[in-house]
Amino acid sequence: MLNIALPKGRLGEKVYDMFEKAGYECPSIKENNRKLIFENPEKEVRYFWVKPSDVPIYVERGAADIGVAGKDILLEYQPSVYELLDLNVGKCRMTVAGKKDFFDDGKRTLKVATKFTNIASDYYAKLGRDIDIIKLNGSIELAPILNLSDVIVDIVETGNTLAENDLEVKQTILPISARLISNKASFKFKSGEIEKIVRSMKEQIKDL
Amino acid sequence: MIEESVLQFEEKVIFALRSLYRKHGYLPYKMSKFEEYELYLRNKDFLVSDRVIAFNDTNGKLMALKPDVTLSIIKNGEDVKGVKQKVYYNENVYRVSESTHRFKEIMQTGLECIGDIDIFDIYEVITLAAESLSRISDKFYIEISNMDVICSLISEFCDDSEFIAKAMGFISQKNAHDLKILCGQYGVSDEDNEKISLLISLYGDRNDVINGLLEIYDKDKIGNICRLSEMLDNSPFSDKIKFDFSVINDMNYYNGFVFKGFVDGIYCGVLAGGQYDNMMKKMDRNSGAIGFALYLDRLEELYSDKENYDIDCLLLYDDKTDLLDVLKETDKLTAEGISVSCQKNIPEKLRYKTAIDLRKGRE
Repeated sequence: MLNIALPKGRLGEKVYDMFEKAGYECPSIKENNRKLIFENPEKEVRYFWVKPSDVPIYVERGAADIGVAGKDILLEYQPSVYELLDLNVGKCRMTVAGKKDFFDDGKRTLKVATKFTNIASDYYAKLGRDIDIIKLNGSIELAPILNLSDVIVDIVETGNTLAENDLEVKQTILPISARLISNKASFKFKSGEIEKIVRSMKEQIKDL
Repeated sequence: MIEESVLQFEEKVIFALRSLYRKHGYLPYKMSKFEEYELYLRNKDFLVSDRVIAFNDTNGKLMALKPDVTLSIIKNGEDVKGVKQKVYYNENVYRVSESTHRFKEIMQTGLECIGDIDIFDIYEVITLAAESLSRISDKFYIEISNMDVICSLISEFCDDSEFIAKAMGFISQKNAHDLKILCGQYGVSDEDNEKISLLISLYGDRNDVINGLLEIYDKDKIGNICRLSEMLDNSPFSDKIKFDFSVINDMNYYNGFVFKGFVDGIYCGVLAGGQYDNMMKKMDRNSGAIGFALYLDRLEELYSDKENYDIDCLLLYDDKTDLLDVLKETDKLTAEGISVSCQKNIPEKLRYKTAIDLRKGRE
């Protein structure tokens, strides 16, 4: 039985279709109910929906053999997993954003609000910039508006939320996309099934 | 004589491994629980976690509860040309848990071969690692890599140390897509990137990996790998020992062959080892070394306590019961191999199969 952790939401639905095309369909997953686990014994596959940031934890700890997680989550938590494929979906950017009229003159400690404290710390450490990290868990865009921070480090997909709040992207730190990850031990003992999925998904990505 | 049924799974493994290592001429290495703190301060990157429990000894010297065994073995070992020291250990070490971020006592067993080591010693240690895992489960793999070979193959295309470190990081993640971007950033051509990426796509059966490498690289560049693989063809665990270049350890300490062991049912590696000549040099030793550690605490994942009872028989008595009757009944049951707990009241949490009531006050 292959256990697959999918991120809840639109990205999860999109990547499920990719697994389905790879021959690991599970029709019950499309039923409208509150179930969290879906199994197709015939295909020996079990899917479960988890919070996107929890996918690497399920995979690292072997509750899931494989899963799909954003590069942002992988960089932030550095799980000990294999990163087998860039799925080329769920594309966005990790950016530094701030008020349109904000200019960092480098004269004082920069106040940075973010969910991604490790990514932000690494980025500014490489620049040699002294920062004060303010860890937030949601509505990050509020921080510079209320002067809680000078800038934010967050993912931006279209930039619409920033624009509506009079904010703009100041720097792009790195591009983000969804990655297929695997538990290290599962990769040894279920290599046939995992390799089959990787091969099929590689073909599907070519067609994107 | 110890009855096997009373031993826990890890304890049975420890006994089996002791016997195995002794059979191959490895001597037991016993050491104090404490070591001078300075040893770990100087080599903190070598440790799995760099935090140690430190305390002042009665003479004022700063000591530590051992977070590692290998450093003590190197420190106390001989460094004489031609001499080879083969030891095994079974010790508790004290490290910070990755999950709780608090100190944890971890039972670790392993062996070290230090001195004038050759390819036979490398073969023997890897085969012993495989045999150690075979005592735990039938379903296991040892995956071998070679740090020197990986490093020299990568540096052929770009010798920038930052590039090599980052490329090795991506190889350890089997991350070919980000490796390709990295190659682009450092001006490595697509063709050369393909060659480096082989280190990710080639894994598994040793001969398949070697044949794949030989399509690109000269045999003299991977000579060590070919020689070891030929020797491993003779190992009884040959089909369980594979190549996988994603096994990468810290270059500052490890060199040559490094390996990891996986057991089906345990989500992470249970065994890790390799050659650490670079560590020896850092500690002013001229000889080489190879060893491995088996993390016994991770074996908990493999089994669950399937016993439904704590005890076979609960024997109840009270102040009016003739104690000789209690004694006789207990002797009779234990002689039949039945475990007995004599109690005056039924303990709330005790799970028992049957009960014998010798209480007289109830009549």
